[in-house]
Amino acid sequence: MSVGLEHYLVVSALLFALGLLGVIVRRNLLVIYMSLELMLNAGNLALVAFSRFNDSLDGQVLVFFVITVAAAEVSVGLALIVALYRKRQTAHVEDLALMKL
Amino acid sequence: MTTPDILFYVFAFLTLLSGFLVVANPFSSNPVTSAMFLVLTLVSLAALFALLNAFFLAAVQVLVYAGAVMVLFLFVIMLLDLKAEERRKIRKFEVFTGLVSVGAFVFILLRSLLYSPLGAQPTPTLKGGTAELGALLFRQYLLPFEIVSVLLLVAMVGAVLLSKKDLK
Repeated sequence: MSVGLEHYLVVSALLFALGLLGVIVRRNLLVIYMSLELMLNAGNLALVAFSRFNDSLDGQVLVFFVITVAAAEVSVGLALIVALYRKRQTAHVEDLALMKL
Repeated sequence: MTTPDILFYVFAFLTLLSGFLVVANPFSSNPVTSAMFLVLTLVSLAALFALLNAFFLAAVQVLVYAGAVMVLFLFVIMLLDLKAEERRKIRKFEVFTGLVSVGAFVFILLRSLLYSPLGAQPTPTLKGGTAELGALLFRQYLLPFEIVSVLLLVAMVGAVLLSKKDLK
């Protein structure tokens, strides 16, 4: 059986699930962030696969925008984590349960 | 099975394996190890993009994600002293609830995939090179492109402001 759309979608779904598992199970803020990146990339893979098998480039343009937004998100998010670490000396979500700094 | 099919299975396996090692590495819970396996995941995803004829996106994936974003991640990991974090245990109950919820989610996804009529796919002829994508990006999607550039500027200003010593 040759590789088709459904193969890529299965890989994408499993990768997304791995990212979700990381967000739920892990307690380190940075690893949670990496799992978020994993989920974004799983979405990208599905978009590129749909774009290829529907003969339309629009999906790839959307992936381009997703990558750009993800880069912006990472820069701001990591700046937030560093600012938080300066205040509280921890990157562990259970120590960061209060809204008050 | 042709060569691209074999390459798909190899890179799909590599993606999922290193993705799993990002999330749940049985040997070390060090964030640096997770970051390194995330690099491997992103590079093998770029290979999958190339297999899907999205050559420009494969290059951007390696440059932006595996390059810039991961350098930023590693920089922050090195900046924060996370030695104390490694000693924390992951609780069994959390793993159990996580596995149950994610398992249910995967079940829903795969079941809907199994029963959705994807139809017989013809062999695609799409080319995702720089020329094709650039033509689309600078004609039909010019406005979103410019908006995204403003978004990057906002993110840059935000990151600079947030990393100032005394937040006022």
